[in-house]
Amino acid sequence: MKDLDKGFQADENHEPKENARRDFLKKSSLLTAVALTPGVAVKAAENHLDEKVAAAFEKMPVNIIVNGKPHKLSIEPRVTLLDLLREQLHLTGTKKGCDYGQCGACTVHVDGQRVNSCLTLAMTVDGKKVTSIEGLAKGDELHPMQEAFIKHDGFQCGYCTPGQIMSAVACIREGHANSETEIREYMSGNICRCGAYPNIVNAIQEVKNGGQQV
Amino acid sequence: MKQFQYIRPATQQSVLDAITKPGARILAGGSNLIDLMKRGVTSPDKLVDIQKLPLKGISKSTGNVSSISIGALELNSAVAENKLIKEEFPLLSMALNAGASPQLRNMATVGGNMMQRTRCTYFYDTAMPCNKREPNSGCGAMEGINRMHAIFGTSEKCIAVHPSDMCVALAALDASVEVKSKKGTRYIPFTEFHRLPGETPQLDNTLTTGELITRVIIPHNNFAKNSYYLKVRDRASYAFALISVAVGLDIQGGNIKEARLAMGGVAHKPWRLKAAEQFLKGKPATVANFEQAASLAMQGAKSFGHNDFKLKMAPASIIEALSNAAKLS
Repeated sequence: MKDLDKGFQADENHEPKENARRDFLKKSSLLTAVALTPGVAVKAAENHLDEKVAAAFEKMPVNIIVNGKPHKLSIEPRVTLLDLLREQLHLTGTKKGCDYGQCGACTVHVDGQRVNSCLTLAMTVDGKKVTSIEGLAKGDELHPMQEAFIKHDGFQCGYCTPGQIMSAVACIREGHANSETEIREYMSGNICRCGAYPNIVNAIQEVKNGGQQV
Repeated sequence: MKQFQYIRPATQQSVLDAITKPGARILAGGSNLIDLMKRGVTSPDKLVDIQKLPLKGISKSTGNVSSISIGALELNSAVAENKLIKEEFPLLSMALNAGASPQLRNMATVGGNMMQRTRCTYFYDTAMPCNKREPNSGCGAMEGINRMHAIFGTSEKCIAVHPSDMCVALAALDASVEVKSKKGTRYIPFTEFHRLPGETPQLDNTLTTGELITRVIIPHNNFAKNSYYLKVRDRASYAFALISVAVGLDIQGGNIKEARLAMGGVAHKPWRLKAAEQFLKGKPATVANFEQAASLAMQGAKSFGHNDFKLKMAPASIIEALSNAAKLS
């Protein structure tokens, strides 16, 4: 704790020197452990991620609610939401396709809005609610969109499907599923290499026309 | 991705302090910056996440000239769907909806959209020379695969294009950009925000170190009824523009009182077609006049081989967009 305190008590007006910072980072295992411990320092970090906190920690605290379950985690700032979901929370339903925001396989909802989790730093989701494909079903009861994808054969290999379904749900919620043309336009961020597009459109139209709660 | 420090200051003052330091970059939506960092095109030491700043909101102000102000952190999707924007500046809404995908529009902010880098494949490929990425390393595109590249305002150093659709509309709409720094506030006309490559293609725009985009202001105009954004691309949706044209016409009694025209996919910045605008002023809205305006707009165009087709596609797109805006087609 001594080292940590020292880190936080760095001169108000100066960042710790680069060398000092590197030395400090070597003690990252200790810091990580500390980061998970409630305390004044961690509270400060959560409320105000300022220069001193960033300089002291290799890993930083982040609070995320995933599929209704709160998680208090410690991560490197370069971890994307996609990698956090898959590698740390073991929610592997969300898929890594291109990893550059071009295919939509990684689509999840953040505070109800669909986004590409591969281009979202997990740190930026602090305090927000994330819904992944695992969060759609209610126990054994599939979400209407999942049912419709099965019924209409909205996939072949299935790799893009979690992203397609998350996008499809958002497409209806946003009010952009009023015609085939509109659905195709507003589903354009999700690529399906197998070419299941007509069946995906059918699935979305059925859910939309069925008027079910999505 | 290389390691970096991440900070999320709660006040504008802390952000302005943080961004003056070398190696610091502002993080807004991240949809372009994170992509570039993953590919090693850019490697900031520090990301200054500005999401805690109160830079959202779309509001109308009525003064001598009424205008609409859009906060720099407003999402592209929110601006595109906003009632005020749809009513007053449908051109901006159309341009935003022509850009990226619904997911990316839910991430990308107005300020971030302005700051996005070119999609030139040589800029993205760190194994290739690129004067924009690595000053004075050479240009891979000049004699390479350059079908996406510029036909206006190019230099011997760079023929990349600015990829934004939103910016093309904002250039046509005579918007201005509010920028804050420790020195105070300044306003940059949108058409002067982005720059041509010249000898320093590494500089995309006229922002200086330590400046933060806070909002975009669009003055009232009479183009709402006759606006159109045409985007020509390799697939029907979710692709960058080969050519795009933003048109705003103020037509009264069949005559064009004022015209605004800008093109995307043709230059290092949104390309305003001032000569064509001037020509159309006071003339009847006819295809014959649109054809003349398009030929005026094309003066000085220069292609590089694979993008020769743009010399035909650009004027055709101008005529098509004008006809759509004037509701002739």
